[in-house]
Amino acid sequence: MATAVMTTLDQRTRAASRGMSDISIRNLFIIPTILFLIVFNIFPLLYSLYYSFTDFRASTNAPANFVGLQNYRELLNDPFIWSNFAITAQYVIVSVTGQVLVGFGVAMLLNRDIPFKGLITTLLLLPMMLSMAVVGLFWKLLYDPSWGVINYALGLGNFEWLANPKMALYAVAITDIWMWSPFVMLLSLAGLSAVPKHLYEAAAIDRAGSFYTFFRITLPLVAPILMIAIIFRTMEAFKTFDLAYILTSQPTTEVISIRLYKMAFQEWQTGRSCALAYIVLIMVIAITNIYVKYLNKVKER
Amino acid sequence: MTQIELRGIQKFFGAVQVIKDLNLKIEDNEFIVLLGQSGCGKTTTLRAIAGLETIDEGDILIDGQAVQHLKCSDRDIAMVFQSFSLYPHMTVYENIAFPLRATRMSRSEVDKAVRGIAGVLRITDLLNRRPSALSGGDMQRVAIGRALVRRPKAMLMDEPIGALDAKLREEMRAEIKRLHLEQGSTTIYVTHDQVEAMSLADRIVIMHEGILQQVGSPSEVYSYPANLFVAQFVGSPVMNIAKAQVSEEAGSARVTVDGAEKGFAFPNELLGKIDRLKGANGSLALGIRPEGVMVEHQAREGFLPVEAQIIEPLGSYDIVDLKLGSQMLRARTRSGFVASAGDKVFARIDPTQAHFFDTKSGNSLGVRL
Repeated sequence: MATAVMTTLDQRTRAASRGMSDISIRNLFIIPTILFLIVFNIFPLLYSLYYSFTDFRASTNAPANFVGLQNYRELLNDPFIWSNFAITAQYVIVSVTGQVLVGFGVAMLLNRDIPFKGLITTLLLLPMMLSMAVVGLFWKLLYDPSWGVINYALGLGNFEWLANPKMALYAVAITDIWMWSPFVMLLSLAGLSAVPKHLYEAAAIDRAGSFYTFFRITLPLVAPILMIAIIFRTMEAFKTFDLAYILTSQPTTEVISIRLYKMAFQEWQTGRSCALAYIVLIMVIAITNIYVKYLNKVKER
Repeated sequence: MTQIELRGIQKFFGAVQVIKDLNLKIEDNEFIVLLGQSGCGKTTTLRAIAGLETIDEGDILIDGQAVQHLKCSDRDIAMVFQSFSLYPHMTVYENIAFPLRATRMSRSEVDKAVRGIAGVLRITDLLNRRPSALSGGDMQRVAIGRALVRRPKAMLMDEPIGALDAKLREEMRAEIKRLHLEQGSTTIYVTHDQVEAMSLADRIVIMHEGILQQVGSPSEVYSYPANLFVAQFVGSPVMNIAKAQVSEEAGSARVTVDGAEKGFAFPNELLGKIDRLKGANGSLALGIRPEGVMVEHQAREGFLPVEAQIIEPLGSYDIVDLKLGSQMLRARTRSGFVASAGDKVFARIDPTQAHFFDTKSGNSLGVRL
């Protein structure tokens, strides 16, 4: 297998004429990437794992003392941390559900012969291409209670979107839905157009109504690719930081990443924040694993 | 139970007319085969009957009721697709149950119907598999099962065994015939394979470029082709067609193929029949199936000397290409009758199997001897 993957370098290529073998070309391409990964990903990962077992504070010169599992124990017993997790969960559920409903719905609308389909699809993808910070700043203006466009358009008067502690998290989620529904739409569109047309014809002949066809044919066949979109969006939403941080500073919108940021760079509890980062990492991996298990089950068909 | 009638069907794809004034009446319980080359409009006709394609003009009547404006779900017609179109994410059982569940039949009735049809099709042991784990023939059985399970008014089949290999095709052909005899439903079957058409059909409908060419039982279509297209499309090996002249020589009729020095002897009545069709002699084509060409080793009365060019041994018989002047005549002989290419033999034409066509219109002159 491993030998079959590598093909021999064509003798006529320029690289070959410069006396480079396949191995040296492989090294040329792969070694920088691996080095980059080690320096910027793997080393910090291991280094922070070490710090998560210490009481290290990056703001002082005090040496790091090994404290064992104390950081983890304290974090997991801290009700405030759990309330951050609860906020995050609420945010993930609202935001991902919204994105799937909007994204899949728009994909269903686009999955037919309509004029300017390509142009419409491209325009709909624009929000996804913007920077998080820019989106955050824009929506802050849009949400403004006294002169924001949203209140004006919806006729809500001086409705407080971001200053209202009950509303703020939903406001952030709405922004996230606006920004990332196109991503779900794009993947759903790919999935929908991959459903063979003759299956719909067979279903029509079999006297299936449109709802029955949707739930028994369309949805199951798009499920694998929709699942991938959901995995991506869940992971991203779980780690969300920028949008919530820029839009509002309500305690009710303090998702786990913001707590982590504050702990690490405002309170300088470096060791403890490393431990929290690891807890978040393990949770994300666990959630993703559940999805991947389900995805594999769906893909078996 | 179910009669289907097509009245003056016209169908355009843009500027191209794919069905031209099609009229056809299909009787109850009849097995009709639409036969033609790809692009002749046979599949479009079938899809129009199913409701997957609209028609531009005409009426489609099922049991006397015009259905051309109804959705396919309201026509109560089942269809088997060439690509099988099984639902890939469902088991065989779920696939067959789909049309029943879609109409909210009770669970026990569904189960009874599915197991019943699976028994008929001999796929009971496959019910828990997914389509991807099935062989081509079994996929086809499942597709037929899904169509039959709800006892539709009519069955439409679009080249249902075209995607299978030759041996399996033969097997499935027999199976489809058996099912039709057992279950009995009005069936319209589309194919480009004339062997399939001959073996399955009660009546064959031959189409070419959107126009109906001939409707008839397999033997009618084979023995009395209405025009040159049908003559050459039906039958394998293909019928010999050559331009010919009819003349009188020493009191008997002769049919001389263009490029040949001498003519074949024909009964005298031919002269009278051809004469009645005024002017036919100028544009006349002789058609003869390979089995209508008789070959002998010895010179005999009425036989012309010919030279064997190519011999195709097909096991039970040989197809021999005979050179007659500048023409080629394909004959069917006993296997090994002509030993080798280049042999000189003698041939004549069986007048009862000869066909005469007008080359201008392509139509048969209807001369039967």
